[in-house]
Amino acid sequence: MEKLSFRHTTQKALPGAKASAITGVVASGNLEVLLERNLAPDTCAFEIDTAVNGYAEVWAAVVADFVARRQPGGLTITINDGGARPDTVSLRLAQGARLMEMP
Amino acid sequence: MTDWCQERTAREARLERARVHADGKVVPAARVVDLLEAILQPGDRVCLEGDNQKQADCLARGLSACDPARVHDLHMVQSGIVLPEHLDIFEQGIAKRLDYSYSGPQGGRIAKMLYGGQIELGAVHTYLELFARYFIDLTPNVALIAGVSADRDGNLYTGPNTEDTPTVVEATAFKNGVVVAQVNAIVDRVPRVDIPGDRIDFVVEADKPFYVEPLFTRDPGAVTETQILMAMMAIKGIYAEYGIRRLNHGIGFGTAAIELLLPTYAERLGLKGKIATHWALNPHPSLIPAIESGWVSQIHCFGSEVGMDKYIRARPDVFFTGSDGSLRSNRAFCQTAGLYACDLFIGSTLQIDLSGHSSTVTTNRVAGFGGAPNMGSDPHGRRHPSDTWMKAGREAGGTGDPALRRGRKLVVQLVETFGDKLVPAFVERLDALELAKKLNLELAPVMVYADDVTHIVTEEGIANLLLCRTLDEREQAIRGVAGYTEVGRGRDHAEVERLRARGIIRRPEDLGIEPLDADRSLLAARSIKDLVHWSGGLYEPPAKFRNW
Repeated sequence: MEKLSFRHTTQKALPGAKASAITGVVASGNLEVLLERNLAPDTCAFEIDTAVNGYAEVWAAVVADFVARRQPGGLTITINDGGARPDTVSLRLAQGARLMEMP
Repeated sequence: MTDWCQERTAREARLERARVHADGKVVPAARVVDLLEAILQPGDRVCLEGDNQKQADCLARGLSACDPARVHDLHMVQSGIVLPEHLDIFEQGIAKRLDYSYSGPQGGRIAKMLYGGQIELGAVHTYLELFARYFIDLTPNVALIAGVSADRDGNLYTGPNTEDTPTVVEATAFKNGVVVAQVNAIVDRVPRVDIPGDRIDFVVEADKPFYVEPLFTRDPGAVTETQILMAMMAIKGIYAEYGIRRLNHGIGFGTAAIELLLPTYAERLGLKGKIATHWALNPHPSLIPAIESGWVSQIHCFGSEVGMDKYIRARPDVFFTGSDGSLRSNRAFCQTAGLYACDLFIGSTLQIDLSGHSSTVTTNRVAGFGGAPNMGSDPHGRRHPSDTWMKAGREAGGTGDPALRRGRKLVVQLVETFGDKLVPAFVERLDALELAKKLNLELAPVMVYADDVTHIVTEEGIANLLLCRTLDEREQAIRGVAGYTEVGRGRDHAEVERLRARGIIRRPEDLGIEPLDADRSLLAARSIKDLVHWSGGLYEPPAKFRNW
């Protein structure tokens, strides 16, 4: 088990008004992502609980790319990871952001 | 005076020695070893039919039971090294030299034996290449083949898995060789004649039906959301973009996902009739929903697939079938079709380097090539245009008079950036080079060369290598879709953004792909059972794929 935290500044807030969304499941090779709109519009925070140690650098890169591509300002994103590959994490984050943008 | 008939005389002598073990052409299974010891001579070139699927297993067991004092130093020339016996005979001293194409299930053991010097390796070929050599410098003296049934004259019914048989027999029978066929049954009249009896010297009634491997069944239940995302990108960013109608698919889960998205996602994009209508393909069960939805005009097959016989019999408008109603496959013709008459090959690989060379070799497995290097190559002998081919040719550009520019075949690598156990698919240097050094191979076993690859699709996006104008651009285009592998993280971010602005790299968001669509509910079938339903109960999956 490893716990990781990241905090990013964004250029804008994620569109939409949905207060929270959840996607994915905690299972081997998968992850659960909880998104909550509870921060300043130019801030995004990540709290990650991962079953696999030693990938902090990859997590930092995946999170930074997600922030650059989706501009998820205002969100706290909590992740329960069951050892998902980076591509699954990226996809799940993109899906979570889209859920938050839905009316 | 020159004797021009030495081979024919030698053949007659072999037949003479063997006839005592036969009743006419028919030999009981119990006498296979006697038969083979009578026919074979030390140093013979032998094709022990090991196809992609169908295996002459009774004859393989017989060969491996021969006395190495009598039968030794054989030169095996066969496409598949699949059964344990195919390698046992090298340990026993019965065989010495090997020229082959594919060794999937024996990949680990063959690597060990090559390192250990137990096998003298000629070369690892593509199917078409090995078949070609059967007619030039690797003509078999003896062919040991497999069929479903034969009559007492040797007329042979191969069943749906005709595969390599006609090619092997053609090369052997018409060049003074001896052909022995194992069959599941001797019958009065075969359902159809796949090989005429005058090309078959002996028929062995096997002790049990020949083994067939269900190689092409991909359980839709195991298709991941990442694979669905990549399939959407391939359909929207490549199939639709180039209007690909004539194509060949590899056998991985990525291409299975594409097949399962045709009646759903591609249908929604209005692509029915515009893409994926004519195929060189094994009868993939995962294509059933697309066929049933009217997407597919016709399919020519390399071989068959376990459980698909009834379904194929009921769809003769789509498949090539014989007078008996069952599938007629032919690997040599289908490989030729894939090479010259298809505009796209898409498949997966284990490693891609910074120029785009790819290989399925790892340092402890030599899986061989099969047909991929042939399917995945741009045929310079092609002379007929198609919109797809011409568009790809224009994108590739080049110098000189544009009126003299040829088209390009699309060769697409569909790869997840990380494979099993987080092994990266993108590498600085292919393991194949290490292997070539270790084995002293003159030619490193590269599956698809960089100059043949046109696109790489990963979960991060599509890299269009046709549009790259320098080696540097090419490297950054590859790094730019290599995800979080070391190669991917080593990218020049600014250059990758420039390539993206020029459309050389396209992300899912650039293609207007909704990430929420990357869901298993988008698959036309989500289980093997769904495929059975789609087929109206005609598809009969093998037991290992049934969980109900």
